[in-house]
Amino acid sequence: MKYTSQMVAKPYFIAAIGLFIGQILFGVIMGMQYVVGDFLFPEIPFNVARMVHTNLLIVWLLFGFMGAAYYMVPDEAETELHSPFLAKLMFWIFLVAGALTILGYLLVPYATLAEITMNDLLPTMGREFLEQPTITKIGIVIVALAFLYNIGMTILKGRKTVINLVLLIGLVGLAVFFLFSFYNPDNIVLDKMFWWFVVHLWVEGVWELILGSLLAYVLIKTTGVDREVIEKWLYVIIAMALITGLIGTGHHFFWIGTPGYWQWWGSIFSALEPIPFFMMTIFAFNMVNKRRRQHPNKPAVLWALGTAVMAFLGAGVWGFLHTLSFVNYYTHGTQITAAHGHMAFYGAYVMIVLAIISYAMPMLNGRKAANSQLSQIVEMWSFWLMTISMVFITLFLTGAGIVQVYLQRMSDAPLPFMVVQDKIELFYWLREGAGIIFLIGLIVYVASFFVGRDQPEVELPK
Amino acid sequence: MLYATGFFFNIGNEKLTKVMKYPPGDLAIWIFIMAELLVFGLFFASYAVTRIDNIELFEFYQQSLDRRAALWNTLALISSSYFVVQAVLAINRARQQQAFIFMLLALLMGLVFMAIKTQEFAHHIDQGITLSTNTFYMFYLSMAFFHYLHVALGLIVLAVLANNIRKGCYSQHDYNGLESGASYWHMVDLVWIILFPLVYVM
Repeated sequence: MKYTSQMVAKPYFIAAIGLFIGQILFGVIMGMQYVVGDFLFPEIPFNVARMVHTNLLIVWLLFGFMGAAYYMVPDEAETELHSPFLAKLMFWIFLVAGALTILGYLLVPYATLAEITMNDLLPTMGREFLEQPTITKIGIVIVALAFLYNIGMTILKGRKTVINLVLLIGLVGLAVFFLFSFYNPDNIVLDKMFWWFVVHLWVEGVWELILGSLLAYVLIKTTGVDREVIEKWLYVIIAMALITGLIGTGHHFFWIGTPGYWQWWGSIFSALEPIPFFMMTIFAFNMVNKRRRQHPNKPAVLWALGTAVMAFLGAGVWGFLHTLSFVNYYTHGTQITAAHGHMAFYGAYVMIVLAIISYAMPMLNGRKAANSQLSQIVEMWSFWLMTISMVFITLFLTGAGIVQVYLQRMSDAPLPFMVVQDKIELFYWLREGAGIIFLIGLIVYVASFFVGRDQPEVELPK
Repeated sequence: MLYATGFFFNIGNEKLTKVMKYPPGDLAIWIFIMAELLVFGLFFASYAVTRIDNIELFEFYQQSLDRRAALWNTLALISSSYFVVQAVLAINRARQQQAFIFMLLALLMGLVFMAIKTQEFAHHIDQGITLSTNTFYMFYLSMAFFHYLHVALGLIVLAVLANNIRKGCYSQHDYNGLESGASYWHMVDLVWIILFPLVYVM
């Protein structure tokens, strides 16, 4: 680690992993509620568990992105972070605000939370994934602005690299699009439309830039391939991600009351969204094959390659499955969507954050480049446990979705929603089993930070 | 006269100094071009399939398009592509000044396209035509406007290339960037060459 200010990344990474554990615990609880409806009721109702599961995901990924930026930007810009103090301060503000919000979800009814936080002054609550009280949303904006200021000033005073620039564009986009969460038009069509400006344009737009930039950074560091080559790929990938991702928002506009041309625009552009992910896969494997050196940190390379493959499968292939409007007519809002959501988030964003944590943590813990052999083996075990169980979660949900679409929407005598839910119970049990394996994988992952600490690190082969 | 012929057609005794590699330019730009062609290809295929079911509607509204303007535009883009080729050849023969002039001519013809197309769009807007007017206009406006944006981006690329030529960034032995930009511009041209007969004529 070249710059001491990179150390501010560490608490961000630790918080990210902590919240990740919370997210998965609630995922497992909710998975059980799918089959045992009153499991933990009334303490944790389903809607609350779902809110906590999705909100924690977003928050821990944001912690991960911020930590990644604080680690990567000084290294790329070849200068100390503009203000490590501001970064630490924002960490605590974000953590406390996040924790209070989750506690609010769990301890008081949602309506009471809205009342306590004076939602009526500027109503923003109640929309899926954006359930946070207005005051939390304002907090997120403040943290994001301070973060952008810190990162922006660091980039301005240091070396300008394509990787840093792409990251900065992604982060600015993230902040800008979040502002639409404050806009709640009365017209329900517009309301839904602008809601997607946050939800879609984050994960299928600007977050992809963050993903591309972090992936390129980890690959440069672990393979030693020429920066020029990697940057060229990065340009092409982000151009494609933006062209297909921005207009591809249209695949959410099929059934909300927007004009008919969105059927075409949404279908055509979003059908091409797998392309940048496919390029990313080719890019990652190419770079690793062309590597100029072996890097002692094997798990970091594994996560990087894993994210390229799983993002392509989860976001690309599983997205394409139901993105054409005539398919989506039958599949929207079914378990097919849930299948896609799980693998896409895991492949594209969870794995890239774990890749950068895997790369950076040994250095943040005072090692030269890598952890001990034992720790690496445990971490790679966790990679396979989590990744394979996520593949199974996705497959089981896809199975559930196909049966659901047929019984509920396509068969000659369509059945009501809850009747169909009973019929696909077996898939939900299997999914819950895979979910528990995922949780075990996560525990193994956490254990990898604690085992082999007193053993020497893996050395670079001469 | 002979000089002028030589200037415009790059006739000369010199052999090309570098064996042109295939594909010209950077591999990355070709992946990008393929992806772009796929987008347009999907649009063209969707148009063709939809037209089969709505043949009367499509034929009726096709008559409302300005074919003469489109023909001029076709000539503008083809000649622009020609000038880009000549600019690349000129660099290959180390004629920087000539390459710069050709690139400016290419830019000029691209601007002619933009001007004519802007007129056409203005005319449609005056008539109150939107994407929701009917299926034909939905396709026509989507494809034409998406292509228009590509011409705009292509012109920025050509301007950068012209400026690079002026600054002497390319030599006889190294003009990979120039070929990459030129390839992109040919893609823009190619898309129009399909769009023109498909939407205006057939």
